Amino acid sequence: MQQLQQDIIVVGGGGAGLRAAIAAADTNPGLQVALLSKVYPMRSHTVAAEGGAAAVTLEQDSLAGHFQDTVSGSDWLAEQDVVEYFVKHAYQELVQLERWGCPWSRKADGSIQVRRFGGMKTERTWFAADKTGFHILHTLFQTSLKDPTITRFDEYFVIDLLVVEQQIAGVLAIHFSTGELVQILGKAVILATGGAGRVFHYNTNGGIVTGDGMALAYRHGVALRDMEFVQYHPTGLPGSGILITEACRGEGGVLLNKDGYRYLQDYGLGPETPVGQPKNKYMELGPRDKLSQAFWQQQQRGLTADYHGHAVVYLDLRHLGKAHLANRLPFICELAKSYVNIDPATAPIPIRPAVHYTMGGILTDINCQTSIAGLFAVGECASVGLHGANRLGSNSLSELLVFGKVAGEQAAALALKTNTLPLSAVATQCTRQQTYISSLFADSCDDTVHAIRTELTLAMEQGCGIYRDNAGLQSCLSTLQALKIRYQQLKVTDNSKAYNSALLQHLELGFGLDVADTICRSALARTESRGAHQRLDEGMTQRNDSDFLKHSLAIRQPDGSAAISWQPVTITSLPPAERHYGSAERGSAGSGSTGSSV
Amino acid sequence: MSKTINIARYNPQTDSQPQLQAFQVDSDNSTSVLDALLQVQQQDPSLGFRWSCRMAICGSCGVMVNGIPKLGCKTFLRDYPDKLTVSALAHFNVEKDLIVDMQPFLTHLAAVKPYLINAEQSSQPHRQTPAQLAKYQQFANCINCGLCYSACPQFGLNPEFLGPAAITLAQRYNLDSRDAGKAARMPELNSKNGVWGCTFVGFCSEVCPKKVDPAAAVNQGKVASASDFIISMFKP
Repeated sequence: MQQLQQDIIVVGGGGAGLRAAIAAADTNPGLQVALLSKVYPMRSHTVAAEGGAAAVTLEQDSLAGHFQDTVSGSDWLAEQDVVEYFVKHAYQELVQLERWGCPWSRKADGSIQVRRFGGMKTERTWFAADKTGFHILHTLFQTSLKDPTITRFDEYFVIDLLVVEQQIAGVLAIHFSTGELVQILGKAVILATGGAGRVFHYNTNGGIVTGDGMALAYRHGVALRDMEFVQYHPTGLPGSGILITEACRGEGGVLLNKDGYRYLQDYGLGPETPVGQPKNKYMELGPRDKLSQAFWQQQQRGLTADYHGHAVVYLDLRHLGKAHLANRLPFICELAKSYVNIDPATAPIPIRPAVHYTMGGILTDINCQTSIAGLFAVGECASVGLHGANRLGSNSLSELLVFGKVAGEQAAALALKTNTLPLSAVATQCTRQQTYISSLFADSCDDTVHAIRTELTLAMEQGCGIYRDNAGLQSCLSTLQALKIRYQQLKVTDNSKAYNSALLQHLELGFGLDVADTICRSALARTESRGAHQRLDEGMTQRNDSDFLKHSLAIRQPDGSAAISWQPVTITSLPPAERHYGSAERGSAGSGSTGSSV
Repeated sequence: MSKTINIARYNPQTDSQPQLQAFQVDSDNSTSVLDALLQVQQQDPSLGFRWSCRMAICGSCGVMVNGIPKLGCKTFLRDYPDKLTVSALAHFNVEKDLIVDMQPFLTHLAAVKPYLINAEQSSQPHRQTPAQLAKYQQFANCINCGLCYSACPQFGLNPEFLGPAAITLAQRYNLDSRDAGKAARMPELNSKNGVWGCTFVGFCSEVCPKKVDPAAAVNQGKVASASDFIISMFKP
């Protein structure tokens, strides 16, 4: 087995991984930084983010304002010290991207243009038309090419972390093009592998978003935190789930039910704002959890329309006019034309909620450090504590940058100090994995990855959807258990070496099954409703701070299932209060300048 | 309805060259070539192809459809009433089935120094007016899918030719009002494998799925290269 030595190993070449790699290399140019990704970095799913990245920018805005919006948006489950750090550093990171060439959209005078976004009390979202993630990713990728100490390992798929005495020693990966196993040893490993949206059937995510990094850490005993909180983006295309950005509503788009009625006013987001006059935190600019829940309520009442068998409502952009759409939302026009054959300038777009983002992830502290020394996690795969029970749109792109930098700097500092580990244990671990991989191949198998994956994603959709109840969650859990048993028997029937996608999909499915189990069990354990986790059971439909103002921690048991324990939430300056949007917000805690010290 | 899709299969362990294999797929008005490939992969898990976003932004799923470079996710079976043949992107080495070696493409991208070169330090953003942004914005929309390389006869003849996407990217930074790196990029563009390798067929712009118009970028690059040459004649 090939063995390579590096100082820092970054797993994942999306926004967080690239930012971390650049930060590590900048911190100490003497360090060898390996950037591993199962795809070429510019294919990473950061590329599909559309709307923008948040940072306090305008004079009328304040760090306290961004802090309050984020904490209240999280339904008070965000780590407030983490939010404080984040809002303080977001602006400088967006400027850094600008200094690296990101083509941010501009005002006439050449200064940065910001747009409205859901749950934000004022305009603070930087954007590059409606391809913000694409431009951030390509800017970071291209900038990383400058740095000779960053070595890319494109199309390497990590199958295990190498851990000795609770310290990280490296990773074991499959080189996709040859099928060979490669040990890459290093003093620090940064997981930046993205979310797990693909364990749900209808999602906005690329095929690669399979929860790999979460499962890698979880299998070594690291807790996955707040996994029950899965964000349904309110506006995905029916069937495919392709993302139609929240920026559509930031620009003034409105949501209509089958009767053309702006139904959000019936769900605590009104009163109705005039068409063409969007108002921050009202109606269509409410937070994502509330909007997706309103869709579900409309569906229950029979007020959604049908689009080829999918329940939908409509996103109406017609009043924005062709020129404005072409300038601000060109990609949306292209997507609507290609995938539902609609010109948004002349017809409303059929949309419905689709799984978009995993708020939870690998438990880290504010320095992105996990419970394994030298193992860091950042971005959607991690839970640094920024999003709590519901993420506000445009906070996650900024998160990649702010905490990507932190992770890279922390890893660089640690890589200078760490001593060499006894590597005989690593050899044993690698041999075990090699034997396991060899055991997966067989000439035939009655079951398939596709069959198990389809049942998994449908079960998650049904049991862990926008609203949940005990019966549905229990049934989902028993399906997952049955699928895990089937997975044990599953074989890979393609025995080719080069580019064996059947083997990769097999391993991804195993990761997904583990992550799905943590989502379902965390959701069962949280017998209250908060943010994106809504229970229909009697006595659980309200937020219950006395029992559940705390994070869930899913920890793997010897039998492979998750045990749920709890961790207190850090509250620094904004005590829990009711969450209000629309006219109900006035005078409530989330709105004023109450008590935040940031 | 059912449609036949012929796929050029190639396994480097067993095949000396790609062979067409026919598959039946279900097709409706919205079925993309990528959807069809995913259906085929259910029948035969050994089929190799790259994909991820399904929304024409990650650039993974470039293939030849009836001999024309296309993004699988943005090409629809409804537009091919008769036969549909899918093969690996032309002008790249085929690694397995529809997977090609993208390394030459990445090497060319890196060669043009595709990043902002500007020694000035500041903690504030540059000013850049919408008009200044518009000068390069289109060229910044390249998703690195590589279709233009499969369309480019010159790259087919000479793999050392920088090619449409790399020249476009060089041009994207050269035209950026914040950049001061043009002088560092010109030697690569002026070289025999730079802009002058292009014979202006223009097929690259026709196949571009994002309307980036690499042919226009290459043409502008030629103008820049010519003036660079003339200026250099007057320098001592």
